[in-house]
Amino acid sequence: MIAAVQSRSESASPSAAGGEPLLAVRSVSKHFGGIVANRDVSLDAPAGRITGLIGPNGSGKTTLFNSIAGQHPIDAGSIRFEGREISRLRSPKIARLGIIRTFQQTHVYRAMSCVANMQISTPQEEETLARALRKPSAAVTERADALLDFVGLRSKRLLPAGELSFGQQKLLEFAMSLMSSPRLLLLDEPTAGINPVLINGLVDRLKRANAELGITLLVIEHNMRVIMNLASHIYCLAHGELLAQGTPDDIRRDPRVVDAYLGGR
Amino acid sequence: MDMAVLAGIGALGLVAPWAAPSIVTQLAFLWLMILFAVTWDVNGGQMGYNSFGNVFFFGIGVYICALIQRDSGLSYYPALFVGTALGALGAAIAALALGPAILGIRGHYFAIATLGLSIVAADVASAWEYIGAASGLTLPLFPGAIGNRNRFFYYLLFALAAITFLAARALYRTRLGLAMNAIRDNEDKAEAMGVHTTRTKVFAWCVSAFFLGAAGGPVGNLVGFVDPRDLAFAGATFGVWMVLMAVLGGKGTLWGPVIGAVIFHVTQELFWTYLLGWQRVAMGLLIVVIVVFFPTGVVGWLLRLRGPRKRRRSTTVATSAP
Repeated sequence: MIAAVQSRSESASPSAAGGEPLLAVRSVSKHFGGIVANRDVSLDAPAGRITGLIGPNGSGKTTLFNSIAGQHPIDAGSIRFEGREISRLRSPKIARLGIIRTFQQTHVYRAMSCVANMQISTPQEEETLARALRKPSAAVTERADALLDFVGLRSKRLLPAGELSFGQQKLLEFAMSLMSSPRLLLLDEPTAGINPVLINGLVDRLKRANAELGITLLVIEHNMRVIMNLASHIYCLAHGELLAQGTPDDIRRDPRVVDAYLGGR
Repeated sequence: MDMAVLAGIGALGLVAPWAAPSIVTQLAFLWLMILFAVTWDVNGGQMGYNSFGNVFFFGIGVYICALIQRDSGLSYYPALFVGTALGALGAAIAALALGPAILGIRGHYFAIATLGLSIVAADVASAWEYIGAASGLTLPLFPGAIGNRNRFFYYLLFALAAITFLAARALYRTRLGLAMNAIRDNEDKAEAMGVHTTRTKVFAWCVSAFFLGAAGGPVGNLVGFVDPRDLAFAGATFGVWMVLMAVLGGKGTLWGPVIGAVIFHVTQELFWTYLLGWQRVAMGLLIVVIVVFFPTGVVGWLLRLRGPRKRRRSTTVATSAP
């Protein structure tokens, strides 16, 4: 708690610690009862890059995301974002600092229209009560429509989000993340459940969000073709521990990664 | 269209006591029921926090106003107005104090916690000598003629219900209104997006509490006698009715609670008149029929009849229309 209060004042200065990556996860452990979900995991997400996180089912990828996003406390280790310790902050606070995560199963506001989903996804750091008591501005609505256009959902803007297909909900969730102008975007299997024809379009949009909007990405992905194409650096988890890391080529050639996926041990 | 409907209802509200003088008290209670349903829906319908204890705030308003009238030494009208204002403030402050803890509980547990709140309040009020304990409080006599008395409180409750409705309507169009809907639809997502969920929930509860507290004083005076269990913290009647009326009309819609309150109050009065002795049975059956055949309430049912295209339009925020 003390760390959280003290570092609040530093948040204005960009990149507090020189040379440190945007997100630095150090020796993080997390267990649920007797099950070890993460043991001594360290990884970096350098600013402006796309970092990949792979591993077989149950290897602890989503648990690590939940730890970073403040969904649950970690048992040991540290998580620093822009040089400040965030492992003890609650999830809304972490989101307001600029870390936005998407979910494996879609999370949208089902009864609200797509455009309303976007209007409420603006950055919340500066949102005081007085500001919240105003209507959504024309500028916000315009940006919402532009981003709906970006993901190809402009024509659905007035449809309740719950009536979209699963793939469309994922695209809406992605657009909502962009609406909040994140510094770091944690994407949990962005292509899972999406029509293979649309996957290339999505990968292209992820790259554009990174290149044009300058958003740093940390991506969990099972589709090897996608992650190899997307990420410049990949971490592989197995049984909750970091198994390997390197460029896509290193990972592709690493026999331990192949074993982890195919069951050899 | 919207403004025309509001103006029509406003005009009807103004002339009603002159057009139907024999039922002024019942009409005053109709506005109270509308206020109950609308304030309940601010949390229950728009934010997904189904409170079974909002009558707690009404009771606070009843008692604060009655005590100001008894102890302040002010003359009748100043005491009544000061008491009503302080009742509203006191209820809002109670929501502000209790909100952060109670609104941290989700789903059924929240409903049970709020139910407990109103039960505890009724027990405390029934035992506390200073506020009259179980024998209650008698309110001062209205200084004017008896006919004017009921009309005076009618207009007071009419004004309060109108202000409450307009305030809720304005609130739903703001960014905070969107945040309330987001919390209802997916609170985990709202948190992950950085929405100030606690602040939003507490503020919305304070809005409910404020208007419920404001209604307390006039209602206590209209009835003339404050009973802790039958009037102020009447969980089994007012407390349950709030929920029923909003669900019956269509929770989470602007007009649903209003329509639900009108249907509920009118049928209740009719059952009392024509089915005396069986009125509770008839009411129970009506509720069962509504819940089984119109689970989304009257307004939800009407919206479905109007077809998907118009429904889509009605779910968007006013400012986002092209």
